[in-house]
Amino acid sequence: MATSQSTTSAGIRTWLAGAAAPVGLGVILLVIWQASVTYYAVPHYVLPSPVRIAKALAEDWATLGLSLLSTLRVTFVALFLAVTLGVMLAILLTQWRWLERSLLPYAVVLQVTPIVSLAPLIIIWVGDIQVALLICAWLVAFFPILSNTILGLNSADHNLVDLFEVYGATRWQKLVLLRLPASMPYFLGGLKISGGLALIGAVVAEFVAGTGGSGSGLAFRILESGYQLRIPRMFAALILISITGIAIYLVTNWISWLILHRWHESALKREV
Amino acid sequence: MTETLIRMEGVSKQFTKGVLAVQDMSLSINRGDFVSLLGPSGCGKSTALKMIAGLLPVTAGKIAVAQPTTKSEQDLGFVFQEPTLMPWASVFDNVWLPLRLAGNDRKAAGDRIRAALTEVGLSRFETSYPRELSGGMKMRVSIARALVTRPRILLMDEPFAALDEMTRMKLNNDVLRLAAEHALTVVFVTHSVFESVYLSNRVVVMAARPGRVAADVTIDEPWPRDESFRTSEKYVQECNKVSAILKSTLNMDDIDH
Ligand SMILES: Nc1ncnc2c1ncn2[C@@H]1O[C@H](COP(=O)(O)OP(=O)(O)OP(=O)(O)O)[C@@H](O)[C@H]1O
Ligand SMILES: [Mg+2]
Repeated sequence: MATSQSTTSAGIRTWLAGAAAPVGLGVILLVIWQASVTYYAVPHYVLPSPVRIAKALAEDWATLGLSLLSTLRVTFVALFLAVTLGVMLAILLTQWRWLERSLLPYAVVLQVTPIVSLAPLIIIWVGDIQVALLICAWLVAFFPILSNTILGLNSADHNLVDLFEVYGATRWQKLVLLRLPASMPYFLGGLKISGGLALIGAVVAEFVAGTGGSGSGLAFRILESGYQLRIPRMFAALILISITGIAIYLVTNWISWLILHRWHESALKREV
Repeated sequence: MTETLIRMEGVSKQFTKGVLAVQDMSLSINRGDFVSLLGPSGCGKSTALKMIAGLLPVTAGKIAVAQPTTKSEQDLGFVFQEPTLMPWASVFDNVWLPLRLAGNDRKAAGDRIRAALTEVGLSRFETSYPRELSGGMKMRVSIARALVTRPRILLMDEPFAALDEMTRMKLNNDVLRLAAEHALTVVFVTHSVFESVYLSNRVVVMAARPGRVAADVTIDEPWPRDESFRTSEKYVQECNKVSAILKSTLNMDDIDH
């Protein structure tokens, strides 16, 4: 236990050391940005200064916070549905190969169709705008999970499969004790991609729904601010979207590390 | 009375791609035998072993493997060329697998798992993960896993081919000791004349294209062997004899080309 504790704190220390450089660079860039906007007297409806953006963020927090919540809700519900449905369908498809052969081509067609081109249709067909947004975000997040998990479930070592056969393992035992653990690195790779895509899907769908909808998401705020030429507020909404994206990236990476760090090459730090 | 545990009668295996991997192979393996299958790459050794284990259906012929006399989880252990461990599971959980598949929970299986690990000298590594072990240690885990069900028959497919010479000799001695202690019947696949002569009381030499039995050589020396056998005159003679037979099958092969 003592060793795992010390590796954790050592891990945090190296992580902090790794974060210091990009954070420092960011601060320097912000200072340069602020200085040049002030020095050249750039009008704030062209490029607002960081301070002005921060002020807009604080002043409009009531509206922007609600919008953030709305976008977050669509993103995470979509991601949750993508994970549960994606993994379940992947298991079904790999248990019955004829199902995989007949269904997968259609899944690929849906996957390669750009979501922007489907979004208007979905919004027209589905009455409830929130549900429509959810479907769009889900559509893009679903396929990486599905295809990666299928790949993972089929990637179990052949000798291990033979070993399970020798000991008369049932289909269920093979799934739970062999195929699912073997699929983890692939599934988690899919999760990292889908986390980002769910946000993109939600934002794109909000753009398409635009002012016509009851839209209260962050993308809607960006459109609205654009029409009203409230550029600092536009930047504030943009920053909230970026931070959400970064948070999703960090959380999915962390989940992946939690599950894989004991055994998988991708999560191992080579000891020196 | 000698009891035949494995009997192959006129067994052939043709893969769908047309390769005749094994042709008309007949072999009787008695209780307590340590049989090596020796032959060049591609002569069907692994195929034969997998058919004995029931992992591959035969194309023609018959294989009979004796049913266990007492009710045990599994009468047959299999050790692959690679350690074939689950990388996501600890050493303990890897050895647990055969018992787990038979419905034993961790606690019920615990004593047998620890006993198996002690026998291969890995009792201190229960909680380690495969990546933390050397190649030789991984192979020991694989052997512990094969022994944990107390099988009568142990099938090993070039288990030590990827290891260095010293580790290999040490594991050879371990296998001999375990085979003798547990009265195991072993079928051991190898490329190495030296290994086959050292370990077994019968060396079955196989020839390639198509895979078939070329000779069945009895190594009539006291068994189990120990290190002194490696340096004895007898050992050299037996190795020369088996080498000569192996070479003659290779020559036949060259003419085929
Ligand atoms: N699943 C398979 N499908 C088609 N051909 C196969 C298959 N497995 C083995 N073979 C062929 O059968 C022949 C015998 O293969 P096998 O693996 O039994 O040889 P081996 O004696 O174990 O060789 P090695 O010492 O290299 O392991 C080879 O020609 C091989 O290409
Ligand atoms: Mg082989």
